[in-house]
Amino acid sequence: MTNVSAERLSQIFVEVADTLVDDFDLVEFLHMLTVRTATLVGASAVGLLLADPQGKLRFMAASSEKARLLELIQVQASEGPCFDAYRTAEPVINADLSAAVTRWPDFTRQALKAGFRSVHAFPMRLRREVIGALNVFGSEVGGFDGADAQVVQALTDLAAIALLQERAVRRGELLTEQLQAALNSRIVIEQAKGAIAQRFDISVDGAFAVLRAYARRHHRKLTELAQEVVTDRQALARLMEA
Amino acid sequence: MSRVSTTSGPVDQAVERLRTVCAGAVETLSASGAGVSVLVQGGQYSLLTGADAASERLEEMQFVLGEGPCVDATATGRPVLVSDLEHEAPGRWPLYAPAMREAGIRAIFAFPLQVGAARLGALDVFRVRPGPLSRAELIRAFQCTDEAVSILLALQSPATIPEPFPRDEAGADLVELFQAQGMVMVQLDGTLSEAMARIRAYAYAENQRLIDVVRDIVERRLRFAKDE
Repeated sequence: MTNVSAERLSQIFVEVADTLVDDFDLVEFLHMLTVRTATLVGASAVGLLLADPQGKLRFMAASSEKARLLELIQVQASEGPCFDAYRTAEPVINADLSAAVTRWPDFTRQALKAGFRSVHAFPMRLRREVIGALNVFGSEVGGFDGADAQVVQALTDLAAIALLQERAVRRGELLTEQLQAALNSRIVIEQAKGAIAQRFDISVDGAFAVLRAYARRHHRKLTELAQEVVTDRQALARLMEA
Repeated sequence: MSRVSTTSGPVDQAVERLRTVCAGAVETLSASGAGVSVLVQGGQYSLLTGADAASERLEEMQFVLGEGPCVDATATGRPVLVSDLEHEAPGRWPLYAPAMREAGIRAIFAFPLQVGAARLGALDVFRVRPGPLSRAELIRAFQCTDEAVSILLALQSPATIPEPFPRDEAGADLVELFQAQGMVMVQLDGTLSEAMARIRAYAYAENQRLIDVVRDIVERRLRFAKDE
């Protein structure tokens, strides 16, 4: 019995289509996609990793910015379902964490500690390449059927398309440029989170919420705003104003 | 032949090492030239060097003309990979493109040297034959940029601090490293580059792993003050 409601799913596609037409911010879009995917399939958390030029998976977006979740996502640069999905180009479905400790010792230990019981991972595919992976975490075992898996795979592939959407892309080089820009954007966001957390004495995931809220209210692109906040003291101070 | 704003030990050393990186890039990327420049306010450079004199002249051209893939790469924070100048729209770099063609250059690969919002400069690779960088060449190119970033970051710190670039040291916890940079930047009321240098200097002086220092910062056990 699928978790996915047709209504919710079509809502997501409308939202995605609207976003991809306009000038949009990639990090904000990928964040939104992970949040929506989590709600859609009833997951506890969703994370997204992108491969750097050396083929190492790097954190790109997640449905929550809690430190423990981010660590758990990042550890899959060396071991875990996303690592497997990325290397094999095959999804990992319904992995029962209580039985996974030999398969992924570090990852399983951390995931169980974080309260998760199941995990799924989907390769992010673009033509014949795999450029990253998407993670779905559940608080219960199983619960993912074929239909759910297909939907999430489609959403994961959609994330890959979004990467190319900023300009008409046919050449492989543009993909490299886009990927580097995307990875660097995430770094800018993390630096901004730290600066905001320090300046206003709040947590780093609270900082992310402040940044996004301001960007929405003032119709600013998330990454541009983050860049400004980290280079201009007054821009940083203004974040807390109405 | 490299112009630098002051002649002091660490800067000369950095220039020399960057020159080596450029020479390495020329070899591993089968290139005709490679250069590194550090852009400052007003569109000028504070540091410029290359694999050889010809590379330096090529690198300088973007400053003379005020445009080029290198300028774009630094401004946008994304690489600009031009595998064939002939196929670029004539309006894209109306002065730079013809100047490069006259110099016999057909392909230019410009890589920003940056850590997030800290834009340190650019590494530019020039080739006389058209064609993209292969997957393997791209990997090597990013290894060169990592090295160059490392050298430029070290310029911010006292000269005694060794590298490697934090990207390798920190392992899986990069997210925390960048958050720590933002936090320390505000604590010092300075720039990101200063924050990075301070964090690394502390780790070195206290003989701690960068990853542990970063965790202490992010968990608010360690704080830096504005003065030295």
